[in-house]
Amino acid sequence: MYRNSSNTIKRTYGDKIFDAVNIVIMLVLLFIFVWPLWFVLIASFSNPMAVAKGEVLFLPKGITLEGYKMMLEYKSLWVGYANTILCTAAGTVINLILTVCCAYPLSTKDFLPRKVITYLLMFTMYFSGGIIPLYLVVKEVGLVNTRWAMIIPGAISFYNCLVVRSYMMNSIPGELKEAATLDGANAAQYLIKVVLPLSKPVLAVVGLYYLVGHWNDYRSALLYIYDEAMYPLQTVLRNLLSSVSYIDVEGIVDPEELDMLYKRSMQMKYCVIIAAALPMLCAYPFIQKFFVKGVMVGSVKG
Amino acid sequence: MSTTYLKTQKKQSLGKRLQKDFRHNWILYAMLVPVLAYYIIFHYWPMYGVTLAFKDFKTKLGIMGSPWVGLEHFQRFFELYNMKNLIRNTLTLSVYTLLVGFPIPIIFALLLNYLVTPRLKKVVQMISYAPHFISTVVICGMLTIFCAPDTGAFNLLLKLFGQDSVNFLGKASWFKHIYVWSGVWQNMGWSAIIYISALAGVDYQMHEAAIIDGASKLQRIRYIDLPSITPTIAMLLILRFGDLMNVGFEKVYLLQNDLNSTASSIISTYVYEVGMVSRDYGYSTAVNLFNTVINVILLVAANMTSKKVLKESLF
Repeated sequence: MYRNSSNTIKRTYGDKIFDAVNIVIMLVLLFIFVWPLWFVLIASFSNPMAVAKGEVLFLPKGITLEGYKMMLEYKSLWVGYANTILCTAAGTVINLILTVCCAYPLSTKDFLPRKVITYLLMFTMYFSGGIIPLYLVVKEVGLVNTRWAMIIPGAISFYNCLVVRSYMMNSIPGELKEAATLDGANAAQYLIKVVLPLSKPVLAVVGLYYLVGHWNDYRSALLYIYDEAMYPLQTVLRNLLSSVSYIDVEGIVDPEELDMLYKRSMQMKYCVIIAAALPMLCAYPFIQKFFVKGVMVGSVKG
Repeated sequence: MSTTYLKTQKKQSLGKRLQKDFRHNWILYAMLVPVLAYYIIFHYWPMYGVTLAFKDFKTKLGIMGSPWVGLEHFQRFFELYNMKNLIRNTLTLSVYTLLVGFPIPIIFALLLNYLVTPRLKKVVQMISYAPHFISTVVICGMLTIFCAPDTGAFNLLLKLFGQDSVNFLGKASWFKHIYVWSGVWQNMGWSAIIYISALAGVDYQMHEAAIIDGASKLQRIRYIDLPSITPTIAMLLILRFGDLMNVGFEKVYLLQNDLNSTASSIISTYVYEVGMVSRDYGYSTAVNLFNTVINVILLVAANMTSKKVLKESLF
């Protein structure tokens, strides 16, 4: 990005006001972005009574790990975690393989049906049968209520294929293909030895898109999974977060104790949110550059 | 080498050319086999399933064997007491999202571009993307907790300013604001990236000339930056128009409750309810088809308009 004008020419009065207002707006935005997440974090290990009274708005108070302890004992959450990790890992690998299988032929200029296939696949981006016909197909092929239902129906995103394709077309010089052909390489050898190593950056980006998609996927399980043992993390989370209280309150009559239990379960909700978002938010500072790059690559029209 | 190959190819019949291409590029064809299988099974087969919209589906008979009923499902939808409400809610949410969610990232990118403190710029930019990666379930969970009466964070903040507690998610009138502004919170940083990169591509010489001529920053935004990024804006606007009736199902579904349902029943949640909950497959498919067709029409119209007016088009 370019140098700012302030270094070269004296700022006018109007520009000074503009800059000051701009900085204030950005600071306010920073607060708006950070505060909700910060609040969940501090509420997850503060005294739930203090949270309910509104004493924990900006700083934690009465630090306790009760919520996290309760969370550790909540088995379904860990089952959900395991399912999600499994589906995310397997799903992302399948996504990447198929995306390459789709993008590479469509990036090869002397491939005869290239345009037809591109249009046929692009059509699916704008027109789809809708959830019921898709559900019936998934049922027909026997995927309903299996973990595959969270992987196979979304095995390729054509948008990501286009990103990879335009990268292959624009960032890999065509001379390499001629050189490789002269050296006697066939299309498969050229793909494995030249194209894939050179496409690592874009594959990393697209792989991360897929990965986040699987991690955050709620819809597939909502449509295709009935068995609780197969619920992914997001479904377990949803069930936890939407219930008023999941602690067994039977036999407790003391209203104060009930109130305490209710607030504890509230606290656990904060803990669960942290536990679900943490892997993503921890990895985030390291991978955000890749994502940004992905948007840039994707914006190249090809 | 490849050009002569292409030239000789053009003169032959399609069958011959395909044969020759297959011999030459058989590996590419082999790679496409699983891809095409996927698209045929999970995209084109369901498209055939759209015929359900005109059939009375019986599980035993399958899609093929079920009897035709013509436009009965559509008629039923148009006679639904709730239909106008569903369409109105869908359009309210999407138009509101477009009006607020579309310009804000542009303004954000412009302001960020003129920020004089590079460190703050970096920090704001990086943090602004973060909410985009939080799952819809977590966002809606957070909203539900934050909006809770009395003990929710929003109400605790209101209390700080001496205001009365509001049951935000329990009031139909609040629903659209919650939906739209949480969407802005989640997506403005991410949507701004594309504008930021477009702004970085603006020739700085134009800015230098403008500065020498005494242009203020607001004038530079108005006369240099905005015209430079107009093609990007137009392109994204077309995309948004094509999505106008496509209000994300998940978020509305997750925020829905009995108290706000008059404002939160939209076409996609209705499709889910009658299809997956009541198992009325034909009717649900018909409602969905109605929605898809309007969407496609909107997209094509937007694309044509943009082709004429802005000389930019998607396809």
